[in-house]
Amino acid sequence: MTMRKIMVAGLSAAVLVAASSVAWAAGQYSPGASDSEIKIGNTMPYSGPASSYGVIGKVDAAYFAMINEKGGINGRKINFISKDDSYSPPKTVELVRQMVEQDQVLLMFNTLGTPPNMAIHGYLNENKVPQLFLATGADQWNDPKHFPWTMMWLPSYGNESHIYASYILKNLPNAKIAVLYQNDDYGKDYLNGLKAGLGDKAAKMIIATQSYETTDPTVDSQIVALQASGADVLLTAAIPKFAAQSIRKVYDVGWKPTHFLNSVGNAVGTVMKPAGLEKGVGIISAAFAKDPTDPQWQSTPEYKEWLAFMNKAGLSANTTDVQAVIGYSFVQTMVEVLKACGDNLTRENVMKQAASLHNVKLPMLLPGIMLSTSADDFDPIKQMQLQKFDGTTWQLFGDVLSASGS
Amino acid sequence: MTMAKSVAIASAEQPAAATRNGAFVAGAWRSTGALVLIAAAVALPFTISNYHVFELTQVMIYAIAVLGLNILTGYNGQISLGHGGFYAAGAYTAAILMHRYGVPYWATLPPAAVICFALGVLFGLPALRFEGPYLALVTLAMAVATPQLLKYFDTWTGGQQGINLIKVQAPAFLGIGRDRWLYLVVLTVLLVAMRVAANMLHGRTGRALVAIRDHPIAAAAMGIDVARYKTLAFGTSSLFTGVAGALSAIVIGFVAPESFTLFLSLSFLVGSAIGGIATIFGAIVGGLFIEFVPNIANDISDAAPWAIYGLTMLLFMYVMPRGVVGSLAGLMRRVQSRRATAGQGLEEQKRRLS
Repeated sequence: MTMRKIMVAGLSAAVLVAASSVAWAAGQYSPGASDSEIKIGNTMPYSGPASSYGVIGKVDAAYFAMINEKGGINGRKINFISKDDSYSPPKTVELVRQMVEQDQVLLMFNTLGTPPNMAIHGYLNENKVPQLFLATGADQWNDPKHFPWTMMWLPSYGNESHIYASYILKNLPNAKIAVLYQNDDYGKDYLNGLKAGLGDKAAKMIIATQSYETTDPTVDSQIVALQASGADVLLTAAIPKFAAQSIRKVYDVGWKPTHFLNSVGNAVGTVMKPAGLEKGVGIISAAFAKDPTDPQWQSTPEYKEWLAFMNKAGLSANTTDVQAVIGYSFVQTMVEVLKACGDNLTRENVMKQAASLHNVKLPMLLPGIMLSTSADDFDPIKQMQLQKFDGTTWQLFGDVLSASGS
Repeated sequence: MTMAKSVAIASAEQPAAATRNGAFVAGAWRSTGALVLIAAAVALPFTISNYHVFELTQVMIYAIAVLGLNILTGYNGQISLGHGGFYAAGAYTAAILMHRYGVPYWATLPPAAVICFALGVLFGLPALRFEGPYLALVTLAMAVATPQLLKYFDTWTGGQQGINLIKVQAPAFLGIGRDRWLYLVVLTVLLVAMRVAANMLHGRTGRALVAIRDHPIAAAAMGIDVARYKTLAFGTSSLFTGVAGALSAIVIGFVAPESFTLFLSLSFLVGSAIGGIATIFGAIVGGLFIEFVPNIANDISDAAPWAIYGLTMLLFMYVMPRGVVGSLAGLMRRVQSRRATAGQGLEEQKRRLS
C-alpha cells in the first residue's frame, strides 16, 4: 500500500517533471527563428519606376522597430531585412535567395509587385519557405493546393468586381453593362470577376466589352464604341492614366451611365483631379482601408494612433498616402500571425497560423472588414465597401459587402 | 590559352623585341596558366555555397553580354545604349521555345543566337547612317521601347505577367545540384564565347573593326568594306548578348518585361567601360561590377545606395580611365618596354665601351 503510494507519487512526479520539461524546453524552430530573434525577409522597389510603393516597406520596418522597442513578439525581437529590388524580377530572385540561403530568414513577407513575386513563387514553394501577404492583388495567388507556401492579402481584383456585380444585381437588375478593361491578366481578372458575380445572367447583362493596351495613347474610341452599344452601366478596369481618360471622355460625350471604377485607379490625386473633379461626380468605387485624407476618420483614436506612429517613424511626408495605411495593416497582420505562433516558430506552423485567421479586425481597415483564412482559402480580405464620389472626396455608403455573400 | 593571350593581344600591338623562341616559351606559359585558371573555375563551385555559385553564374552571364557589347563599342566604336533589347530577345526566345514548344533548355541557345544575330544585322543596317551620339540615341530608343513592346505582344510574351519556366534539372548521373550544373553550363558558354571573340578580334576582322573605329575614312581607303564590317559587328555583338539573355532566362526561370529596363542596357555599358573597353578579359570584370557593386552599395548605405554606386564608378574611371583590364595591360606594357629600353641602353653602352 505504502509502497504503491510511493510508486504512484514517484511516477506522477516523474510525469510532472517530464511534462514541465517539455513545457520548458525552448520553442521549436526553423531557420531564422530562435529564443531571441525572428528573421523576416522582404523585397521592395525603393528605387526605379515603382518606387512610390516603397513607403509600404518603410512602414513595415518602422512598425517592427516599434514592436521591438516594446519587447518584441513573445520575447523575441524582429530582425526585418528589407532590400531594394527596383521592381526587377531577376534582382528579386537574387535577393530572395540571398535572404533565404545566406541570411537564413524564417519567411518572406510583403514582397511587392506581381512580376517580382512570380519570379520567386516557384523557388519559395520548392524550398518550403513561407511567402506571406504579397503586395499584389492578382487572383492567381490564392492557390493553396499548388502553392501551399504562398498567401495573398490585398482584396483580389476578381473579388472587387464580384462585389460590383452583387450591387448591380440587387439595385440595377435590368442593367445593360459595358466594360472597359486593360488587355492583360489584371484587366481580365476584373472582367471574369464581374461575370462570376453575375452568374448565369452575365451573358445577357454584359452587352459590350472593349479593351485597351497600355501602349494606346487614349481610350476615347473605346468609350465611344461602348456608348454606342446602348449600355447604361459602365465598369472601368483601368490603371490611373486610362481611368482618368475614361472619366473625362464619358462626361464629354454626354454619356450618363452608372459608372463603376476599379480601386486600382480611383485615387483622388492621380485620377479624379486630372480627370476633372466635376466630371467624376456620382462614380462608384470600392475601398477596404481608411483613406487618411477623409475627415470622418481623422477624429478617431485609430487614426490618431496611426498618425502618431507615422510621425514618430519620421514618415510625416506620407501621412496622406493610403499606401502607408495599407502597409500598416499588412505589418499588423504579420505581427498577429507571429503572436499566434507562440513558441512554435517552424515554417509549417507559420503557414498553419496564417491559414487560421478568424475574423481579425485591423484598426485602419474600414469598420466591418475582417480577415479570415482557412486551409483551402489563402485570400484573407474578401470584403469591401462601396463609395461614391461627391466632387471632392469619396463617400462610403451601404454595408460592407462580401464577394461570397451575394 | 586564349584567355591569357587575349590580355596581351587586346592591345593589338605585339611586343616587338620578343624573339621567336621567347614568344614560344611565353605561349607555353600562357597555355599552362589558362589551363590552371580553367581548372580552378571548374573546381570553384564545389567549394562554395549554392548561393555564391548562383551569384557567380550571374556574373558570367553578364560577362558574356558585356563581351558582346565590347565587340561593338570597344572594338568598333559604335555606342549602344540598347543592348538590353537584344538580351531580352535572347531571353524571350529561350523562354517561348521552352514554355510553348517544350524545347530542352540547352537547345534554345542556337536559335537564340541565330535570331539575335539576325536582329543585330537588321538593326545594324539603319545604324550605318548614324554616328556617335546619334547612334547612342537610336539604340536608347530601343532600350526604352523594349519593356513596352514585350507587353504589347502579350500572346507570345505573356505580357505583364511574363513567362514562368520549368526549373532546369542537372543530369542525374552527375549527382550535383541545379546551381552547380548551371554554373558549369554557363562557364562552358563563356569560354566558347571568349575563344570565338579572341579568334575574331585578333585576326583580320579585329584589325578591320579597330581601323574603322579609329579612322573610318582611312579604313575605307585601305579597301575595308566599312558597311559590311559595321553590320557584322552589330550582328555578332547582338548574338553574344542574346545568348547571355537566353542563359539568364534559363537560370532565373522567369522572364517579364520589368527584367529588361533601360537600366540593364546602361549596366552593360558601365560594365564594359569599367572592365576595359576593347579587352576580352574586361568583360569578366564588368560582370563582377554589374553583379556586386549595387549590392555592396546597398550594404554600405540604405539611404543612398545609388550615390555610392555612382561614386564607385567615378573612382574607377578616375584611377583606371581605360578600364581595369585595359589599364593593367597598359601598365604591364609600360613596365616591359621600360625594361626593354633599359636593356637596349646597356647594349649601347657595351658597344661604346668596346
